[in-house]
Amino acid sequence: MIANSLFMYIAVAMILFSIGLLGVISRKNIFVIYMSIELMLNAINLIFVCLSNYHHDMGAQVMAMMVIAIAAAEAGVFLSLIVVLYRRKKSLDSDLFRTLSQKEAV
Amino acid sequence: MSAILAAIVLAPLLSSVLIGLLYMVSITKMPLSKRWFTIPALLSPLISFILGVSAFLYVAKYDVPLHFQPYLWLGVGEYKIYMGFLGDKLSLFMVLFITFVGWLIHLYATAYMSDDKGYGKFFFYFNLFLSSMLLLVLADGPLIMFIGWEGVGLCSYLLISFYFQDNSNVVAGNKAFIVNRVGDLGFLIGLAILFFYCSGVGFSYENIALTIASMPPYLLQIVGIALFIGAMGKSAQIPLYVWLPDAMAGPTPVSALIHAATMVTAGVYMVARFAFLYELIPNIGLFIAYIGALSALFAAVIATKQSDIKKILAYSTMSQLGYMFIAVGLGAYSSALFHVFTHAFFKALLFMGAGAVIIALHHEQNIFKMGKMRQVTPVVYATMLIATLAISGIPPFAGFFSKDEILLVAFSSGEYLIWGIALCSAVLTAYYMFRFFFVVFEGKNTSHVHHPHDVSWVMKAPLVVLAFGSLFAGLLGLPSLLGGSHLIGSWLGEWGMRALHVNHETEWMLLSLNIAVSLLGIGIAYKKFRFYDLSSHKEVKGIVYNKFYVDEVYDFLFVRSIRKLSEFIAVSLDVNLVDRIVMGLSHNFIRLGHILALVQNANVRFYALIMMLGISAASCYLILVIG
Repeated sequence: MIANSLFMYIAVAMILFSIGLLGVISRKNIFVIYMSIELMLNAINLIFVCLSNYHHDMGAQVMAMMVIAIAAAEAGVFLSLIVVLYRRKKSLDSDLFRTLSQKEAV
Repeated sequence: MSAILAAIVLAPLLSSVLIGLLYMVSITKMPLSKRWFTIPALLSPLISFILGVSAFLYVAKYDVPLHFQPYLWLGVGEYKIYMGFLGDKLSLFMVLFITFVGWLIHLYATAYMSDDKGYGKFFFYFNLFLSSMLLLVLADGPLIMFIGWEGVGLCSYLLISFYFQDNSNVVAGNKAFIVNRVGDLGFLIGLAILFFYCSGVGFSYENIALTIASMPPYLLQIVGIALFIGAMGKSAQIPLYVWLPDAMAGPTPVSALIHAATMVTAGVYMVARFAFLYELIPNIGLFIAYIGALSALFAAVIATKQSDIKKILAYSTMSQLGYMFIAVGLGAYSSALFHVFTHAFFKALLFMGAGAVIIALHHEQNIFKMGKMRQVTPVVYATMLIATLAISGIPPFAGFFSKDEILLVAFSSGEYLIWGIALCSAVLTAYYMFRFFFVVFEGKNTSHVHHPHDVSWVMKAPLVVLAFGSLFAGLLGLPSLLGGSHLIGSWLGEWGMRALHVNHETEWMLLSLNIAVSLLGIGIAYKKFRFYDLSSHKEVKGIVYNKFYVDEVYDFLFVRSIRKLSEFIAVSLDVNLVDRIVMGLSHNFIRLGHILALVQNANVRFYALIMMLGISAASCYLILVIG
C-alpha cells in the first residue's frame, strides 16, 4: 500500500515536472515561464519529501527546505529581472529578447 | 711559440672589431677623426706581418711546423674538432706576402678612401677580410679553413657592394656572393665525403692524409672534382669566373686586395694544401690544368678588347690564375705558389697604380678617356711600367721567372696542348697589358673632362715598394739554369719541384721562346697603340668586347630558368594549388561555423529544450549504459 502510494506521489511529481517543462518550452510569456520553472522545482521537492518519508531519512527533507529557500531568493532576482525586461520592450514576450543571437550580432 | 699563429689571425680580427665599434660610435654619438680608424687599421696587418716573419724564422730554424690548438671547437661525443692553427712552410709562406702586400694595400687605402664617409666601415671590412684570409691559410683542418673561406666570401661581398647607393654595385656584390656559393657547394660536398671516410681520429690535414688511401678510387675522384669546384668559385676559373670582372664595382683597394694577395689565390692554396689528395688522382689534376689553360686563354682574349681599366686587370687576374692552375694541376705546386707570390706583387701594383690613375682623373675608368698620364704622374708611370713588364714576362722582372717555370712544367710534362695554349695566352697577356699601358700613359690628343692632378705620396709609396717587389721577387725563384737555387722551391719542400726531364738546351730554348712571344705581344701593342690617337677612337664592339656573351648565356640558362621555375611555383603551385586547398579548407570551416551559429538564436525556450534534451540524454546514458 505504501509502495503504491509512493508510486502515486512520484507519478504526480513527474506529471508536475512534465507540465513545468512543457510550460518552459512552449509558452512565451516570461511570467508563465517563471511559474513553470517553479512548478518543476516543486515537483522535485515533492519527490525529495516522498523519498525521505519512504526511507525514514531526514536528509532529503533538508534538501527540500534548501530548494524552497533558494527558490525564494530566485523569485526576488527573477521578478526584478522581469521588471527590467518589461521596461525595455514594454512586453513580456520572451521571443523579443534576442539581442545575443547570431543574427542580431551579425 | 706556436700561439703566435693565433695572434697572427687575431690581430686584424680584434682591430676590425675595434674599428667597427668606433665606427658605430662615430655615426651615432659623435664624429671621430679618421686617425682613430687609421691607426688600428694599419697597425694590425703590420703586427701580423712581424709575427708572421718571426714564425717563419722559427720554422726555418728548427724545421718543424708550428701547431697550435687553443680549445675544443666542436665536440660531439667521441668526435672532437679543435680550433687548430698549422704553421708549416706552405702556410707561413702564404702569410708572409698576404700580410706584407695586405699592409701596403691598407696604407694605400688610407689615402684612396680618405674622402669617403664610410672610412671606418671600410677598414672594418678590410681588416676582417685580412683576418679571414689568414685564418683560411693558417687553419689546420678543412673545417677551420672553411670558416676563413666563408669569411673571405662574406667580406668580398661587403666590400664589392661598398658603394651600396648604386644598385649595380649591389648586384655585383650579390653576383660574387652567389657564384661563390655555387663553388662552396662543391667544396662542401667534397668535405662531406672526406669527412665520412677520413674522420677517424680527427679532421685535420694530417689525419686526412693518413687515411686518404683507404678511400675507394672513384670517390677520390669525386672529392677531387668537388673541391676543385670550390676553387673554381674562389679563384674565378671557367665556368665560375663571371663574378670577378663585376667585382670591380668595389673601391680600387678592394680589387687590389681581392685580386692580388688574397681571396682568388685561396683556390690555388687549397689545391696545394690537398696536394696529398691530388697526387693520387693525376687525371683530375690534368682536368684542372686544362681548365686553367682555357681560363688563361679565354680571359686573355676578352681582356684585349675591354676599355674599362679595372676590367682589363680583372681579366688579367683570371688569366694569371689560369697559369697557377696549370701548375697545380700538373703537380708543380711550388711553381704555382711562386707565381702566386710574384703575382701578388705585380698585380697589387697594377691595381693600385690603376687606382691612382683613376683618382688623378677624378674617377674616370675608361682607358680611352685617359692618355698622357706619364706627364701627370711620373712615379705611377714608372712603377706601372715595371708591373706591366713583370706581368708580360720580360726578364728580369718577377713575372718572367714564374711564368717561365709554369710553361717549362707544362712542356716537360708532355702536355703540349696546355703548353701551346699557355704560350698563346702569354702573347695576348703582353699585348693587352701594353695596349692598356700605352693608351693610358702615352695616348695622344686626350680630352680630359677635369684637370688631372698628381696623387699623394701615401698612395705612391706603396707603389714604389711593390715595384721593388716586382723587380726582385723573381730572383727568389731563380732557376738553376740561370745559376740560382730556386729558394722558394726548396723552402716549400714537399710541395717542391720534381725533377724535370728536360735538358738544358730545351730549357734555354723555351726560355728564349717565352721572351720572344712576350716581345711579340709587346711589339704588336707598340705598333697599334704606342702613338694612339685617342680622338680617333671608335666604340669597341663585337663578340669579344661583349665577353662572348657568357653573362647573357648564364642569365638565360640559370637566372631566367630559375626565375621561371620560381614563377611556376609561385603562381601555379602556390596560388592555384596550395592556396586553394588551404584557403578552401578555411572557407569551409567558416561556412560550417555559420551553419552551427544558427543554433544560437537567443530563443530562451529553445535553449531550455536543448538543455532538457541534453540532460535526458545524459540521464539515459547513466541509467542504461553505466548503471
